[in-house]
Amino acid sequence: MNVSQATAHLGQSTRNGLRSLTDGWTIASFVIAALVAIPILTVIGLAISPEESIWQHLASTVLPRYIRTTLGLMIGVGIGTLIIGVGTAWIVTTCNIPGRRIFEWALLLPLAIPAYVIAFLYTDILEFAGPVQGALREFFGWVTPRDYWFPEIRSLGGAILMMTLVLYPYVYMLARAAFLEQSHGVLEVSRTLGRGPWRSFFNVALPLARPAIVIGLSLVMMETLNDFGTVDFFAVGTLTLGVFDVWMNMNNVGGAAQIAVLMLFFVMFLIGAERFARRKQRFHHTTSRHKNLPRRDVQGWLGAGAFLACLLPLFFGFLLPVGLLINGALGHFGEAIGGNFLASAGNSLMLSGLAAVFALAVGVLLAYGLRLRGGNFLTGVTRFASLGYAIPGAVLAIGVIIPLAWLDNSIDAVARQEFGVSTGLILSGTIFALVFGYVVRFLALAVGAIEQSLGRITLNIDGVARTLGASSSNILMKVHLPIIRGSMLTAALLVFVDGMKELPMTVIMRPFNFETLATQVHQFAAAEQFGQASPPALAIVATGILPVILLSLAITHSRFFSGRSSEDQG
Amino acid sequence: MTRVTKVKKNGLIAAVAIGAVVSSAVLASSAVQAAEEVNLYSYRQPFLIKPFLDVFTKQSGIKVNVVYAKKGMLQRLKAEGRNTPADAVLTVDISRLNALANAELLQPIKSSVLEKNVPAQYRHPDGLWFGLTTRARVVYAHKTRVKPGEVASYDDLAKPHMKGRICTRSGKHSYNLSLLASIVAAKGEQAATEWARAVKANLARRPQGNDRAQVKAIKEGICDVSLGNTYYMGAMATNEKKPVQKTWAAAVNVLFPGQSDRGTHVNISGAAITEHAKNKANAIKLLEFLSENFAQKMYADQNFEYPVKAGVAWHPLVASWGKFKADKINLNKIAKYRSTAAKIMDRVDFDG
Repeated sequence: MNVSQATAHLGQSTRNGLRSLTDGWTIASFVIAALVAIPILTVIGLAISPEESIWQHLASTVLPRYIRTTLGLMIGVGIGTLIIGVGTAWIVTTCNIPGRRIFEWALLLPLAIPAYVIAFLYTDILEFAGPVQGALREFFGWVTPRDYWFPEIRSLGGAILMMTLVLYPYVYMLARAAFLEQSHGVLEVSRTLGRGPWRSFFNVALPLARPAIVIGLSLVMMETLNDFGTVDFFAVGTLTLGVFDVWMNMNNVGGAAQIAVLMLFFVMFLIGAERFARRKQRFHHTTSRHKNLPRRDVQGWLGAGAFLACLLPLFFGFLLPVGLLINGALGHFGEAIGGNFLASAGNSLMLSGLAAVFALAVGVLLAYGLRLRGGNFLTGVTRFASLGYAIPGAVLAIGVIIPLAWLDNSIDAVARQEFGVSTGLILSGTIFALVFGYVVRFLALAVGAIEQSLGRITLNIDGVARTLGASSSNILMKVHLPIIRGSMLTAALLVFVDGMKELPMTVIMRPFNFETLATQVHQFAAAEQFGQASPPALAIVATGILPVILLSLAITHSRFFSGRSSEDQG
Repeated sequence: MTRVTKVKKNGLIAAVAIGAVVSSAVLASSAVQAAEEVNLYSYRQPFLIKPFLDVFTKQSGIKVNVVYAKKGMLQRLKAEGRNTPADAVLTVDISRLNALANAELLQPIKSSVLEKNVPAQYRHPDGLWFGLTTRARVVYAHKTRVKPGEVASYDDLAKPHMKGRICTRSGKHSYNLSLLASIVAAKGEQAATEWARAVKANLARRPQGNDRAQVKAIKEGICDVSLGNTYYMGAMATNEKKPVQKTWAAAVNVLFPGQSDRGTHVNISGAAITEHAKNKANAIKLLEFLSENFAQKMYADQNFEYPVKAGVAWHPLVASWGKFKADKINLNKIAKYRSTAAKIMDRVDFDG
């Protein structure tokens, strides 16, 4: 076997004594994690002092429905993304199907499409007046909606479908990376021992890929939980809608924060349960003998099925929506370019780019801090700091605004007192504040990608490097970073692509006269002017395509890098 | 080895670039303080208000800077405290103005121009906020399927003859909440709850979409009547970019409920000046400008809203729906009962 199950705890040799407490890495990790955790703590702080208790009212009225709907949505999207994500990842990794090389990267493309955009596009074609029902009516001679039954797109099922279509790439991406890193040998052994291809998949490949798949799935879950745009548009009453209802309609931001915190606990419970189930199992590559998984030829019905299984998510998650967007944008390109389209695009690129760089830096620091020390405390703080992804963006924005404004006002107060001048708001309402907000919101993406990649590097490498006298930072710079740079790229690109789509935080926290592509889409879509909303939406998608292709390359090459490094080290 | 130094070098470049961007952003934001200008937090979409603001800048030489957001403005203003850059707030719905006033984020304004142009019922008694336009919450009714007299009041929507014939957007949308709050104010919480429950039982489909989508549903035969704000009718009937919306508008009549009792529910869009406004004089100028003939006419012509200033002509299309009796209820009561209305909607599970 070239994969071993290492039960030794990470960095045990260096965790003895007081050294670990005063160690630079630990302190740096802790400080950064604490900074990122401040907005989340602020939201919890808000929850402690609600304007009025909402629970009795909620529990006796809509709470059961909110919870039922939320669970339904999460389970639905979870199962959907799991089947599509893992299934397509396995097919493109192990089957020879036509267009496999294209599918490898193209299956990631739906990631570039915001869920709120795909929701309004599909509503347009699937509702009563849309072309699909129109054609059916024409064909069957129906006239009114009472003549026939057609599934309602604005429903829980519709929301599950929309989110599954744009979120499955998270699972696909991480599952594929994991499958690629599995070596031929393991499956060979499995097959030699008499397991068929299906059983080998379920008994060997899937369990080995489980940590990666779970990270992908938890990203999906968090994004599903924090979504507002889609569920609002479809009028599907989830807990997130409840958050905004209590906040905006009952003027009770504390009560809203309470629901958000309840949702957080929910996510923490899910992640905790999975980690407990997996406990201390860790999987590392311990040999340099890496051979690609063998690709089988699939023919006949099986082959056609495999091909379709890859084509359909791509078609419905990307090709069709983009076609509709282009169609909708026709005739509106002129006015789009004439407006502040270019400035918006520039702002989007700058914000997402900065957020990607910072989130990457923070992610590497935290993930490596965990690898080095991995004490319960530091682990807890890091996990906590990554929870921003599960909080609805608008609520998290309030969590960012309050401490930043407090800091600004405190500096101002001191300056007024000591020097008689007002410094005003230094950070609030600036691009810095927004980038900080993005990092808080998207850190889970960066930490997740880097941690799972670092986790697969055998600890023997650290041991060897340490024996040779290298310091922690030295090992990181010279050994780990080169090995995981594929995953670093993945982390940065994920944050970038999500940053391009980010809406609620940007809207609330932005400086004066500041638009991004997403806010442009929003202001027109909110007025149901989809024509004008299409060009900026298309620009978000177009900007996302290149990073997504890079992402795919990064994944393909990450295996190459770790394989080669193993050789170097071995 | 070379790879590592490259990583370091790239990191350094990135850090320098970030530093440059951040510091320029900080500089840019402090530069906002310098020239003649006014800073606006707006709940109204930029493309709606930009034409007004451009004219204001041209006439007065005062530049208008805008942040547009629907959620979180109150919390942002509150957190920014005395250092907030915002001078004025532009919003729709009385409840938002009222929430800002209750949070003590607004300052009272004395302006003879505003007091002359804005009728007393559409402004705060102490001048904390001023209404700029009104919009009525009306019933859109199919031209032939709804017989004259079938829907003469909001109460009629709750009667058995409307079973399966009503469409509406979410009961939790602020427009519906304000309507329900006006019913709470007029008839009490119990009666309002019964009304909401009965309307819910009469719905043709689960509440969804916006006000326009309901008119579309009437056109398609899903339902016969819907609740909607008046200006949407204007926007649909004159929509050259999406001419299909003209056919939706053509399918319905505008009915003003309650003409024989308390009148049709109206709400306002309005503006206010923040407690810590740095450019207070400019902000007052902006509000006064928005209350004068030119801007009032623009609101009427472009957005199909009712100007608050007496004597300003309505858009011909709006005028064609006729004059109507508006519910004279004190707007503050609508804001006061909004939370009650939201809870009633939960109790009858209106959106479920």
